Amino acid sequence: MFVLQIILFFIVIGTTGYFLIRRIRRIRSNIRLGRKIDRKDHPSKRWKNVLLVAFGQKKMFKKPIPALLHIMIYIGFLVINIEVLEFILDGLTGSHRIIGQWLQGIGAFEFYHILMNTFEFLAILVILSCLFFLIRRNVLKVQRFTGEEMTSWPKLDGNLILIFEIILMIAILKMNGADQVLQSRNVEGYPETGSLFFSKTLFFGFYSKYQTDFVVVVERVAWWFHILGIFGFAIYITYSKHLHIVLAFFNTYFAKLEPAGKMDNMPEVTNEVKMMLGIANETPQEQPTEIPRLGAKDINDLHWKNIMDAYTCTECGRCTSECPANLTGKKLSPRKIMMDVRDRAEEIGESLRRGGKGFEDGKSLLGDFISKEEILACTSCNACVEACPVLIDPLSIILQIRRYMAMEESSSPQSWNSMFSNIETNFAPWKFAPSDRFNWSKE
Amino acid sequence: MNKDLNKVRTMADFAEKGESPEVLFWVGCAGSFDDRYKRVTKAFVKILNHLNIQFAVLGTEESCTGDPARRAGNEFLFQMQAMNNIQILNSYHIKKIVTACPHCFNIIKNEYPELGGNYEVLHHSVFIQQLIDDGKLKPSDNNAFKGVKITYHDSCYLGRANNIYQAPRRLLESLDADLVEMKRCRTKGLCCGAGGAQMFKEPEKGKKDINIERTEEALETGAKTIASACPFCMTMLTDGVKNKEKEEEIKVLDLAEIIAKAENL
Ligand code: SF4
Ligand code: SF4
Repeated sequence: MFVLQIILFFIVIGTTGYFLIRRIRRIRSNIRLGRKIDRKDHPSKRWKNVLLVAFGQKKMFKKPIPALLHIMIYIGFLVINIEVLEFILDGLTGSHRIIGQWLQGIGAFEFYHILMNTFEFLAILVILSCLFFLIRRNVLKVQRFTGEEMTSWPKLDGNLILIFEIILMIAILKMNGADQVLQSRNVEGYPETGSLFFSKTLFFGFYSKYQTDFVVVVERVAWWFHILGIFGFAIYITYSKHLHIVLAFFNTYFAKLEPAGKMDNMPEVTNEVKMMLGIANETPQEQPTEIPRLGAKDINDLHWKNIMDAYTCTECGRCTSECPANLTGKKLSPRKIMMDVRDRAEEIGESLRRGGKGFEDGKSLLGDFISKEEILACTSCNACVEACPVLIDPLSIILQIRRYMAMEESSSPQSWNSMFSNIETNFAPWKFAPSDRFNWSKE
Repeated sequence: MNKDLNKVRTMADFAEKGESPEVLFWVGCAGSFDDRYKRVTKAFVKILNHLNIQFAVLGTEESCTGDPARRAGNEFLFQMQAMNNIQILNSYHIKKIVTACPHCFNIIKNEYPELGGNYEVLHHSVFIQQLIDDGKLKPSDNNAFKGVKITYHDSCYLGRANNIYQAPRRLLESLDADLVEMKRCRTKGLCCGAGGAQMFKEPEKGKKDINIERTEEALETGAKTIASACPFCMTMLTDGVKNKEKEEEIKVLDLAEIIAKAENL
């Protein structure tokens, strides 16, 4: 039985590791479908963003109530992971509460006792916060969780994660409750933990009615349930909006540091314009053999940070709920832009791995996922960028697609084309003679 | 004192006389051609002259910064415009630029350096606020806006784009005006609807126009003066007020006009 459990555990952890690593590699290669962009300058400023925005959740506090609930789940998640470490060590060695025994050995039993009680307290907070979030989503129906892009899967995903977390936390409490019954009966292999308040109150009385054999089974099942649940959850999140718990740290590190109003330059255009104007190019560059597409039509035209943004998106809808276009009923929703980029990156990545058509599948991000109408509705106001709790930049994607529409497709609206030709001929977006530009001083 | 408050000299004029101004006033297309915004240009000129600041404009040598072209996706046209402007600015050895347009401000400050144009660029709200801070401009205690309810509309290209939220407000506070905020303000300020080249096209299909939504928020504050700091916001909000048939009672004024009026210029 003992050895069997260890073997089983090795199989489980190996399988989890295999799927997890495979999935991480895939996401990484999907992100790398994007063009190069340098986001490694000013490391100290970048770390500051990670500390404030990812660790400190600074942007979440624009909405204090969800921020508090969210931070409870977040701290619970971080701290309870220490217990998962003990679970894994126990699983690998076939022991029970290995850290506890070790602490007892060095005379720090009380520390373990306090630690376990803290875990339970956090577990309760996580359960309450998740319940509250479920109510917000499903009963109070907070508006930003709805919208055209919140189709059945994103909706289900949001609820599943919360339910998952509640079940995992209940498993911990059940396990501890049964464990304490076994301790009180001096069953071998169940070392003293001291009294654990929440599990004792909730489950001790219930399990103490049952025979020892049954309680051992309950404890073991809860243990396995919890650890399998954690492993399953780890794989699940890589397919879910919940991936932000990992990617938020990377995404805040690589976020844009320049003023939000600054658009990226297009050096390939600069070279050509300099040639047209006859300005000597100070740093002559080799002409790239393949002229890249101007602007973005598909995933590989975007830069890798745009795709990382898409995988980091939590689908919280804070961007969309601040978007002036969306607020006034236009088709644009910045959250949808992010979700579309992720879906398209997944689709292409999957196809390329299968040896399929990849980018040649006759589809593209613009057209099959995102419509022109959405792209044209944006006022470049940066409200979405400002609102995002994990420093995602939907505007960058929108503007790159506009470049494609204007320069490759020439499909800008007629009024924009007139504006372009006014600037070309009159050096102003309106039809006024350039020689009249200074007339205001004489009027 | 009978100095001419409307006096404007071009950069060419300065160069010819071998002089150089303290600052170049970048007027912008709206400031040059839009009838309403020309009044803002002139108000700012009066402030500059009033404070004896040596300034120049490019006059007919100025041309569109390329902002609407770039935001609409036409990078070629933008870069053509930018390079031409940079050539002129650099040929005059311009160091410091002030402008009353947040779009010109953003693009010259943030996007010209990569193309070879490096200048100290200030938006007029920051420029005026600095003058007040330095004690050069002292609004009188009995100015026309003392105690008057004013609401300030954040321009996206000043606020979120460049983190300028304080200067325009400090400027209004220095007049002892009764500054009231709209429901959405500062980082959450609602766009007027004209940015990103929307000024130059019809809005996409929707339930409502953005400027109407924003005007309603401004009217809710009960302020009779809406302060703006951007030519596009000015147009959008003025249209919004007209749409609500409130143009008799509600005035949309630029910060420069407010200061000029407070100073009786
Ligand atoms: S920048 Fe565009 S997408 Fe983002 S909030 Fe503003 S209008 Fe919406
Ligand atoms: S882009 Fe940011 S604000 Fe928008 S849904 Fe995703 S995480 Fe939320």
